[in-house]
Amino acid sequence: MLNNKGRPTQPTAVSGGAGSDLDTFTGNKALSLETPLIFEQGVPGRVGVDMAEPKQVKSRLGGLERSGAIGMPDLSEPQVLRHYVRLSQQNYSIDAGFYPLGSCTMKHNPRINEKVARLAGLGDLHPMQPVSTVQGALELIDSLAHWLKTITGMPAVAMSPAAGAHGELCGVMAIRSAHEANGEGARTRILVPESAHGTNPATAALCGYKVESVPARADGRMDMEAFAAKLGPDVAGVMLTNPNTCGLFENDVKKIADMVHEAGAYFYCDGANLNAILGRTRPGDLGVDAMHINLHKTFSTPHGGGGPGSGPVVLSDALAPFAPVPFVTHGADGFDLVEHVEGEAAESFGRMKGYHGQMGMFIRALAYMQSHGSDGLRQIAEDAVLNANYIRVGLNDLLHSPFDGICMHEALFDDSSLKGTGVTTLDLAKAMIDEGYHPMTMYFPLVVHGAMLIEPTESESHQTLDQFIGAMRHLLTKAQSGEAADFFAGAPYHAPRRRLDETGAARNPLLRWTPAEETTAQELSAAS
Amino acid sequence: MRYMPHTADERTEMLGKIGVGSVDDLFVDIPEEARLTSLLDLPRHASEMDVEKNFRTLAAKNVSPYSAPCFLGAGAYQHHVPSVADHIIQRSEFLTAYTPYQPEISQGSLQALFEFQTQVALITGMEVANASMYDGATACAESVLMACRVTRRKKAILSGNLHPHYRDATRTTLQFTQFEANELAPVVEGAEDFDGLIDKDIACVVVQNPDFFGRVQDLSALADECHEVGALLVIIVNEVVSLGAIKSPGEMGADIVAGEGQSVGVPLSFGGPYVGLLATRQKYVRQMPGRLCGETVDQDGKRGFVLTLSTREQHIRREKATSNICTNAGLCSLAFTVHMSLLGETGFTKLAALNHGEAVTAADALEAIDGVEVVNDSFFNEFTLRLSKNAADVVEQLATKGVLGGVPVSRLIPDKPEFEHLMLVAVTETCSASDLDALVSALKEVL
Amino acid sequence: MSLKFTEDHEWVLLEGDVATIGVSAYAQEQLGDVVFVEVPEVGAEIAKGDELAVVESVKAASEVYNPIGGEVVAVNEGLEGEPTLVNADPHGEGWFVKLKVSDPSEIAELMDEAAYKTFVEGLD
Repeated sequence: MLNNKGRPTQPTAVSGGAGSDLDTFTGNKALSLETPLIFEQGVPGRVGVDMAEPKQVKSRLGGLERSGAIGMPDLSEPQVLRHYVRLSQQNYSIDAGFYPLGSCTMKHNPRINEKVARLAGLGDLHPMQPVSTVQGALELIDSLAHWLKTITGMPAVAMSPAAGAHGELCGVMAIRSAHEANGEGARTRILVPESAHGTNPATAALCGYKVESVPARADGRMDMEAFAAKLGPDVAGVMLTNPNTCGLFENDVKKIADMVHEAGAYFYCDGANLNAILGRTRPGDLGVDAMHINLHKTFSTPHGGGGPGSGPVVLSDALAPFAPVPFVTHGADGFDLVEHVEGEAAESFGRMKGYHGQMGMFIRALAYMQSHGSDGLRQIAEDAVLNANYIRVGLNDLLHSPFDGICMHEALFDDSSLKGTGVTTLDLAKAMIDEGYHPMTMYFPLVVHGAMLIEPTESESHQTLDQFIGAMRHLLTKAQSGEAADFFAGAPYHAPRRRLDETGAARNPLLRWTPAEETTAQELSAAS
Repeated sequence: MRYMPHTADERTEMLGKIGVGSVDDLFVDIPEEARLTSLLDLPRHASEMDVEKNFRTLAAKNVSPYSAPCFLGAGAYQHHVPSVADHIIQRSEFLTAYTPYQPEISQGSLQALFEFQTQVALITGMEVANASMYDGATACAESVLMACRVTRRKKAILSGNLHPHYRDATRTTLQFTQFEANELAPVVEGAEDFDGLIDKDIACVVVQNPDFFGRVQDLSALADECHEVGALLVIIVNEVVSLGAIKSPGEMGADIVAGEGQSVGVPLSFGGPYVGLLATRQKYVRQMPGRLCGETVDQDGKRGFVLTLSTREQHIRREKATSNICTNAGLCSLAFTVHMSLLGETGFTKLAALNHGEAVTAADALEAIDGVEVVNDSFFNEFTLRLSKNAADVVEQLATKGVLGGVPVSRLIPDKPEFEHLMLVAVTETCSASDLDALVSALKEVL
Repeated sequence: MSLKFTEDHEWVLLEGDVATIGVSAYAQEQLGDVVFVEVPEVGAEIAKGDELAVVESVKAASEVYNPIGGEVVAVNEGLEGEPTLVNADPHGEGWFVKLKVSDPSEIAELMDEAAYKTFVEGLD
C-alpha cells in the first residue's frame, strides 16, 4: 500500500534566512529582483497596446453584451516588460547551466531553430488556408516525416500528437484498433516493466486496457521468465522503454518482440530515450510496432517551462492503416492533407486534436536534424552515452549504482550510500541548487530507492562534466561525514526562494489571485 | 560540429577514464544483427546558413496571411501579437527552462502560470483554471472525461454546432472508455433542440459559444435544465477575444469552460502549438486534468508558487490518474499571459469591440453583394455566408486572386450537400478597409 | 473493544456489527503530511480487499484496502477540511469510514495490537 516517499514537504525552520542585518528595504538583492503579481501593479486606464477606435455599429451580439468588469489590471508596455524580465531572472535554464535530468534529455536548444520558425510564410500560416497556398508547409511536414522514418527504420509516422503522452495514446489506440479490426477485441491486458513511467498505465487505462507489471532481473532488465509467464492470448501489447528507465539497453529486445508477435500482440516502445541510440540502431530493426518520439527531448525543441511538446509516432505496416487523421500525402499533383476518416483513411481511429499537429515544433526539429545530418545524429548518441558513463565512473566510488557495468545515456544511482547520514536524495538535490545545478531526476524510477537518474546529453563539455563531478563529490563527502544533516535540510540558501511549503499548497489550494472585496466593488461601480 | 563540444582527443581521454577502448564498447548491448555499421541514408550536417536557405525556400512556397487579405477563422484567428510577447518568450530563462518541478529555481515560470490561471478564470467568469492544455479540442475532450468523473455518469451530449475538430477529438478520446457521447447534427439556422435528451444519465451537455457558425447564444436556460438533473454544462470557447464583449460562460451558469487561447499571444503557426484553456468551479478542482500552480510560502515566509495537487497526475496516480497528460502549453501560455497583461481590462474589452465593429461593417458590405447572404442573426467576429456557388470552389478562386476569403464549411463538415454553399468569414482588427474592398471585389468577380 | 490491524497498516474497531476503519500511526508517519483523503460514498458495498479509500500526501497517493467487507454507513466528513487529523490522531479523530459488516468473523484474521507492533518492528 505505502509509497515510501513520505518525505518532508513542509520545510522546518532553519536559520540563515529572513530577519538579518543583510535584509534590504525593497526585498531585492542586487540583481535578484522581486516583482509582485501583475494584478497588484495595475492602474485603471493605463495602456499597453495602442489600437484604433472601435467603429460605432449596431451591435449584432444578440443582446448578450458583457456587463460588469472582468477584473484585470491595466499596465503600460515598460511595466509589463520589466515584470516578465524580472520573473525570467528567477528561472534556471539550459542556456544558463547544466541540467543532469535523467529521462528529460535537456540538451542545447539551437537558436537557428527559433529564427526559421518565425520566417514569414512559415510561422504565420493559417491552418485552414487552401492546400494550394501551403505546399511548402506540407512539404516541410512530409520532409520531417521522412527523417523520422529513416532514423527509426519504420514505414509510417503519425505526426499529429501534441506531446509524448499524447503520442503514447496514439500508439495504444492504433494497437487497439488493429486488434478490433482483426477480431481480437477480447484482448484486455497490457504488460509494462515495473520500472515504467506513469504515463504508460495512465494511457493504457484510457484505452480500456488493464496494466500488468513485469518484474526486473537483478541486472535491471525485464525478467524474461516472468514475461513469458504473463504473455497469453488476452495480451494486447507490451509497452517498453528502450533503453529502459534505468538507463540500460534491453538486450533481449528482439526476443521480446518475437514473443510478443507470436502471442498475437503488438510492441509499443516509449521513445523517451531515443537519444541513446540515434544512428546506432533503429527501433524498426528491433521489432517495434509503434514508438512515440519526443521532439522536445531528442530533437531539441525548447522545453519552454513545461511545453509545448510534440509526439509524432512511428508505426509498423500492421498499425499504419489505423493512424489518426490528418496526415500529409504526396502525389503527382503535389502535397495534400487527408483530414477525414474516409477513403484512404477509412480505417483511421480518428482525429486526436485540432488542425494538423505542432507545426512550430516540426520546423524546429527539422532544422535541428538538417543541422546535424546523418553524421551528427550518430555523434549525438555516442557523445551522450560517453558523457553518462564518464559521470558514472566519476561518482561510483561515492554513490551506489543498483546495476553494475555500462549504462547508456543516463546513469542511475540509489541512496544507499546516504543511509545513516540523515541526508536524503531530496536534500542532496536542494544543495545542488546552491552549487548552480538543476537537480538530477529524483525518486524515479520508483523501483530504485531514493533514485538519482543523471542524463548529461551530448551538449555538455568535458569541463562542465568535471566541474559537476567535483561538486557532487564535494556534496557527497560532506553528507557522508554524518554531521551535515542540518545543513542539507536547510538547502537551498541562495536561490530566489528557500524550500516551499508544498503541504500547505496541497491542503489549501490557492490557484489564483482574487481581488479584495472593496476593490471589486470600486471597479464594478467605475465600469457602470 | 557546432553543437557538440568534444574533440577527438577529449573523447579518447574520457574513454580511457571509463575503461573501454572505443565508443563501440559502450554499445555492446545492442544485438549484433541490429547494429548500424554505416550512416543513415540522410544528408550530412549543414551550416546555419544552409539550413536557413532550406527553410526560406520552403517558406517561399506558401502564401502568408500577412501578404494577402485574410478572413480565415474556423477556430484560429489572426490577431496582432505585441512585440513584447514574442521577446519575452525568447528570453533564455523562459525558452529553455524545464517544467517547474524544482520551485526554488522556477519562480519565473510558476508566477507566470499563476497569473495565467488567474487571467483565464477572470475572463471566463469561473472560479479556477488550470495551467493550460495542448489545445482547445483536447481541452474539450478532457472536459467531458472530467464531467463524467464529477457526476459519476457515463453519457455526454455534444452540440451539433461544436467545431468539428473538437467533436472529433472528443469522440476519439472516448471511443475505448466506458463513456459515450451523443453527437447531435449541426443546425445552421434556428436554435438547437435538446428536448427530451437531458436526463439523469447525462454527465454533461457540451455547447460552444459563439458556435462553429459564429452565433452568440444565451445558455443560461440550458444551464438550469442541466442542473435540474444534476448534469454539468460545459461551454466551449474557440475565439477567446469574444470574452471581452459577450457575457461570460460563468455568468451563464457553466460548470466547466474549455477552449482555445491562441487568439491571445500565439501565432497562427499552421495550426500548432496552441494553448488549451480549462476552467471550472473550485469544488471540482481535484477532478481537473493537467497541471495546477498554487500559492504558498517558503521557509523565510516569502510568498512563492509551486505545482500542486500533483497526485491527480500520471506520474503519481498512474492508471488512476485524471489523465495521461505530462506537458502543458508552457511557452504558449506565457505568450498568452504577456499579451493579456499588455491588453489589460481596458485593452481587452476595446480589442473585442474593435473586432465586432469590423465584423459588422464587413457583414454589411458582404450582404450587399448579389449571391451572398449572411446566415447569422448574431455573431462576434465570425459569421457564415450562404453563397450562390459551391463555397470550396469560391475559396479556391479567391485564392488565385490573392485573397484568403474564408473557410468553406465543407472542409470541416464534408459529404453534406446542405453545407456546400456555406463559408465562414472571420474579421479581426488586422483586416483593413482595403482588405475588405479586395474581398468584396474578388467575390463579385467570382460569383 | 480493542483495535485490530492488517499488514497493510489499516486498523479496525469492531463494535457489534459496525466497524470503524482508519490507518495506523506507523502508516501516517510513512505517508508524511496528509493533504487529502478520498472516501467512498455512503451506501457503497465494499468487499474485503477492495479499494476503500485513497490517502494523498503531496508526493504520493496510497490506496487503502478494505480489511473487512461491508456497507458504508458513515464517512468522516471532518477529513475534508482537516486532513491533518490523520497525522494528529490516526487511531481516533483520523478515522476514515464506518461499515456495517457482512461477516463479523472476518475480524479474526487480523492482528491484535501486540502482534502488529511486532510486525512493524520487523519491517525496515
